Amino acid sequence: MSTRVPPIPAERFVLNIGPSHPVTHGTLRIQIEAEGETIVRSACEIGYLHRGFEKEAERVYWEQVTPYAERLNYCSSLHNSVAWCHAVETLLGVRAPPRAQALRVLASEIARIMDHLVCLAANILDVGALSCWWYLYNVRERLYDLVEDLCGHRLMVTWGRVGGVATDLPEGWGERLLVVLREAGEAVGEVREMLSSNRIFLDRVEGVCVISPKDAIAHGFTGPCLRACGLPRDLRKDEPYWGYERYAFDVPVRSHGDTLDRMWIRFDEIEASTQIVRQVIESLPSGPVILDDPGITLPAREEVQSTMEGLIRHFKRIMHGIHPPRGVVYSATEAPNGELGFTLVSDGGPRPWRVKVRSPSFAHFSAFPRMINGSMIADAVAALGSLNVVAGELDR
Amino acid sequence: MDAPLDRLLARFEERVRVLPALAGQTAVEVAPADLVEVVAFLRDEAGFDVLLDLVGVDRLGHPEAPTPRFEVLYHLKSLAGGARVRVHVPVPDDTLELPSCWRLWHAANWLEREVWDLFGIRFAGHPNLCRILCHHRFEGHALRRDYPIGRRQRLDAPEAFLLTDDPEWA
Repeated sequence: MSTRVPPIPAERFVLNIGPSHPVTHGTLRIQIEAEGETIVRSACEIGYLHRGFEKEAERVYWEQVTPYAERLNYCSSLHNSVAWCHAVETLLGVRAPPRAQALRVLASEIARIMDHLVCLAANILDVGALSCWWYLYNVRERLYDLVEDLCGHRLMVTWGRVGGVATDLPEGWGERLLVVLREAGEAVGEVREMLSSNRIFLDRVEGVCVISPKDAIAHGFTGPCLRACGLPRDLRKDEPYWGYERYAFDVPVRSHGDTLDRMWIRFDEIEASTQIVRQVIESLPSGPVILDDPGITLPAREEVQSTMEGLIRHFKRIMHGIHPPRGVVYSATEAPNGELGFTLVSDGGPRPWRVKVRSPSFAHFSAFPRMINGSMIADAVAALGSLNVVAGELDR
Repeated sequence: MDAPLDRLLARFEERVRVLPALAGQTAVEVAPADLVEVVAFLRDEAGFDVLLDLVGVDRLGHPEAPTPRFEVLYHLKSLAGGARVRVHVPVPDDTLELPSCWRLWHAANWLEREVWDLFGIRFAGHPNLCRILCHHRFEGHALRRDYPIGRRQRLDAPEAFLLTDDPEWA
């Protein structure tokens, strides 16, 4: 065991950043030992936002976990919502209908765009560029309006259903989305242009807090942070789900593993996601948006209100829940931050026996001390933003 | 059956037991004594270079196979090939201890701390096995089946020092 109170030489000092500090974008604590402005040693403390998601999940029905799951990464709740439902379907051995799968791709990519917009806006703000924040947040706001029309909620959507999704697209929604995405593309282009020739910005992030591919793998990096190290791995390509293989898109990759590349790659991914969204809207399959299976889904509302069978089915489904087979499954999707995995342990009952979330932020933040030791304190601030550590999924 | 699994079975024979798994996933069971050797083989010779996750499972009151009480699941992934394998390790009831894998993966450091924190399973050889999600003065282990969900502990004293002797353990 370590001694938890190491001797600190007189010329050095210990500084706490967080748990509540603007650059943490949430609640987490970083303790550094610095000599002047240079970080000699550092350590992280997490758990400030530990809400016991996994414990809570053990006492509610499988489908009732959906709203909790959305609160893991609250910047992309749309993705979390459908990813959880996908995991339960994997356990049940069923698949959502084609239209529902396409809508999930749509939702997941919109969530990715919004998540990246937040990450970039905040990260750029952290290094001193306030105007870029407004450029990016304006379009994010427009996207939230669309999410509200689709789900009835803005931030926490409760849109995923085991077996499909809750609602189909409203009339004219796709066209409005394309307009907003065009605006988003313009805003992103402008921000990129402002930054790419800005010496002050580049000096703050270029070559800062590099992580090597070897260390990235050893820490379990996934998603944009891994691809910024030159490793083009993406679950949407490697293990396609929801029909991702039907869409043509690039997996952006950068090679330096520094803060700048972790930012640039998110800009690239916003473009790639926009590409996917356009294709989904053009090729949206027709049909139902949710399975019709008495053991899994609720009957249509009209059926409940007009037939005795429908009413009974609704009642039994609500009261008795879903009964998946006994066993263990792991289900992973490419969330905006990387691999979001759910390990589900079932005893055959309507409640999960055990749920474990594999959150990308947990892996990324575990590498943070390694990344910042030897850097300046201000560099650590820039690097933290580029990892996009979301305390909700970090602490669960 | 896939090639890495065949090589694993050829190398370890009856020390590795293939488990029936849902959804076409690959799962094996190994004894705690063989854990480090098996995962090191998987990492170095079968290409499973990423330790994705550790999952503690408490089977107290589970309708089947409630002994041993605890099990830890290791999720490994091959970055290049995309293959995945899940290693189930039963935790001895008397010691509640498994060997640590922190020398193989940096990721194991925090993951093992989390299993210790929430289930009270020790990892022998881990250099800094302290709580990670719960407060450092928390009593009990929150994800055990017999920890009541409503039991609250009011703890607010911060831990003054987080820094460790060796930055590798942070």
